[in-house]
Amino acid sequence: MPVRPHPGLEIDGFTLGERLHVGGFATIWEATHAKYRTPLVMKVPTIMDGYDGPTIVGFEIEQMIMPRLTGPHVPRVMGVGGFEVMPYIVTERIDGDSFLKVFQQAPLPLSDVIEIAARMVDAVADLHRQHVIHLDLKPENFLQRKSGEMVIVDYGLSRHDELPDLLAEEFTIPMGTYPYIAPEQYLRCRDDARSDLFALGAMLYALATGKNPWGTPETLRGVRKRLWRDPVPPRAIRPEIPEWLQEIILRALVVDPMRRYQSAGQMAFDLTHPQQVKLTARAHKLKQDSLMTVFDRWRVMRKIRRFKAPDSVASQLASVPIICVAVDLTPEGEKLASVLRSAVKRMLLIEPDARIACVNVIKTARIGIDQGTDDQGNNLHVVRLVQLKHWAEEIELPDDRLTFAVLEGSDPGQAILDYATANHADHIIMGARGHSTTRRYLGSVSAQVVAEAHCSVTVIRLPERREELDETVDSLSGAAAE
Amino acid sequence: MKFAILTDIHANREAFEAVLADAAARKVDRIVLLGDLVGYGADPEWCAEKAADLVAQGALCVRGNHDNAAAGAPEMMSTYAKRAMDWTKTRMTEAHRRFLAGLPLTVDVDDILFVHASANEPEAWTYVTSDTKATPSFRVTKSRLIFCGHVHVPLLASCDVGGVVRQQTFRPGFPIPLLRSRRWLAVVGSVGQPRDGVPQAAWALLDTTLNDLTFRRVPYDAATAARKVRAAGLPEELAIRLLKGQ
Repeated sequence: MPVRPHPGLEIDGFTLGERLHVGGFATIWEATHAKYRTPLVMKVPTIMDGYDGPTIVGFEIEQMIMPRLTGPHVPRVMGVGGFEVMPYIVTERIDGDSFLKVFQQAPLPLSDVIEIAARMVDAVADLHRQHVIHLDLKPENFLQRKSGEMVIVDYGLSRHDELPDLLAEEFTIPMGTYPYIAPEQYLRCRDDARSDLFALGAMLYALATGKNPWGTPETLRGVRKRLWRDPVPPRAIRPEIPEWLQEIILRALVVDPMRRYQSAGQMAFDLTHPQQVKLTARAHKLKQDSLMTVFDRWRVMRKIRRFKAPDSVASQLASVPIICVAVDLTPEGEKLASVLRSAVKRMLLIEPDARIACVNVIKTARIGIDQGTDDQGNNLHVVRLVQLKHWAEEIELPDDRLTFAVLEGSDPGQAILDYATANHADHIIMGARGHSTTRRYLGSVSAQVVAEAHCSVTVIRLPERREELDETVDSLSGAAAE
Repeated sequence: MKFAILTDIHANREAFEAVLADAAARKVDRIVLLGDLVGYGADPEWCAEKAADLVAQGALCVRGNHDNAAAGAPEMMSTYAKRAMDWTKTRMTEAHRRFLAGLPLTVDVDDILFVHASANEPEAWTYVTSDTKATPSFRVTKSRLIFCGHVHVPLLASCDVGGVVRQQTFRPGFPIPLLRSRRWLAVVGSVGQPRDGVPQAAWALLDTTLNDLTFRRVPYDAATAARKVRAAGLPEELAIRLLKGQ
C-alpha cells in the first residue's frame, strides 16, 4: 500500500481532514470533496505490513455490499478506492455518537428501551429487505441521524444473498462479537437472517437489564455455552419489565432459529403492539431452567453441527409475510367482508406461516371535533374492535399470528397505507365496492391503496351478475380506475 | 462494454441460437467464443459457419480440443466423444477445417484473457474444476480476468492480494462485482451440452463498465436437439445427456 492516510492527503478528489476514530481494523477520517456539500468520512483499513487476510477480506466485503444499499438506515457511499494506491470507502458523515454510550447507561427507563428497540429492529428489517444479513450487530454499529433514524454501519462480516460470500471459506473460526453472536453463527453458518434477530435480542436484553444475557465471554468455549444454557430471565433482574417484553426478548434469543422470530418485521410488529403479544411460558418465567433440563439440552446440543438455514434472506422473508387485511364493517360492506374473509383463508393455504393484521378505519371529519362515542355513549373504538374480532373468528389462526387495529383518519386510504408501511406489511388485501356514481367521481379507497402501496395489493370484489355488468359497460373507464 | 462469453457449443444449433438471442436482447457489444464449436451435436456445419460469420463481424474465438480434432489433429477422447467426432469429421469441408485450425489458442483483450481450458498449458486441455486447478492459470498470466470453458460446469474463483485462490459460490442470474482488489477466473458453463444437472444453455455476461459478471442460463429446445442427435445416428447417451443436462 504505497499511500498512508494523513491530514491534507488528496486522493480521487477527496481531501482528508482530522482523524476522527482509530478502531481495531480501520481509521476514520473527516473528508471533503468539491462535488459534495454534506460532511463526509473516509474509512481506511489498517493493513498490517505483509498479508493481512481478515482485514482485507472484510474491507472487500464492505466495498462490494455498501454501494448497493440505499435508504435512511445505511450510510450513503460516495466513493471507494482500491488496494493499488490506498483502499478506502467514503460515506456521508452521520453526526451523533454510536449507541455504545447509550448501552453503557443501561438499564434504561423501559419506555426508552421499547422505543430504541423498535427503531433498531426497523433498521435491521430494512437491511434484510435489501438482501443483507449484517452478522455483527452490536451497540457500536448503530448510529442515529439528527432526524432520528437509526443507521447501521460496519459491513465487514456481512452477507449479501445475491453475491459470493468472500468469507465463506476464508476463516475457520466463527466471526462475530461474542456477547451478541447467534448459536448458528457460532456453528459457522453465515446464511441466516435470523442470526441478526438473535443479536437484537441480546442487545434488547442488555438495554432492559444492564447485563448481557451470557455476560462477556472472551473465549469460544464461553460462547458455546449459549447452545444449552438459557439466560437469567430479564424479569428476575428487573421485576418491572412487563411480561410481554420478556416474551419478545427471550423469543429473539431462542437457540434454534426455526423457533425464534422469523423476520425483523414480525419482531417490530410485536414491539409496537404490546397488548397483542402472545404470552407463553417464556413470559412468566422468573428462574433459569433447572440443571437437569440444561443437562438434557447439553447432551443434544453438544453434538449439533448446524441448524437448518433458509436458501436466502429473500426466501426467508417471503415465507413469513405480514398480510394486512383492511375490513369494511359498514352494513353495505357486509357481503364483501365475508368474501374477503374467504380470500384470506385461501391465502393462508398458500402462505401457512403468514401473519394477518386486520385493520378497520374510523373515518374522521377533516375539520371539526369528532365524537369518540356513539349516541348511546359506547366507545367507537371498542365497538369496532369487537366487530373486527367477530369478523375474524372464522380465520382460525393462533392469537400470536392474528392481530387487530382500529385506525382513525380523514383519509381512510392513507390510514391503511401508513399502517401497512409502518408495520412492514408484505401484502394488503382489501375489498372494493361496486361502481356507484359517487365512487366514480370521488375515487375509491382501493384504487388509492393500489396506486400508492409499497407492497402487493389484492383487491376483492363481489362477483357481479351479467345484467349489472352490461349496465356498467359504458362506464368502463371509471371501473378500471376502481 | 458488454461481452457475451459462450463456450462448448458442441454443434447444438438450438442452444447456440437461444443464447445468441438472449445476448442480443441484452445488447452485448462483443461476442466471445471459447472453443469447442463442434463435436457431440448434430449441427457441426451450421455452428462452425455461424461462428465464422460472427468472427467476420468482430467476434473473438479461440480453439478447443474438439475443434482441433475436427480439423484433423489427433486428440485423446472418450468413447462417445470419439464416435461423435468420427461422424463430425465426415461433415467438415476443407473450409470448415481451415477455419477451425486457424483459430488461436488464447486471445487477450486489455486485462482479460480468453482460453478454452486451463491457461497454463492451453493445448494440454486441463480441466479447471476447483480452486487448486484454477491456481496455475493465475500463475501464468498477469491478466485480471481469465475466462475459460471445457468443463461444462460453471465455476468462479478469485485470487486475492496474497495470491490465495479460492472458489466462490454464486447465484446464476445475479451480477457478481469483480472486485479490483482480486483477480478472477470464470469457467463458463456449456452452451450446447451442460453437465451440471440443468438442461439449459449456459453463457456469461461480462460488463466491463460496471465491472460485473453474470452467469446466465437460457431454456432452449433440447428435445429437438436430442432428436437430431438420434436422427444422425449418434450415440443415444448423447441425446439423453442434453435432456438431463448431465
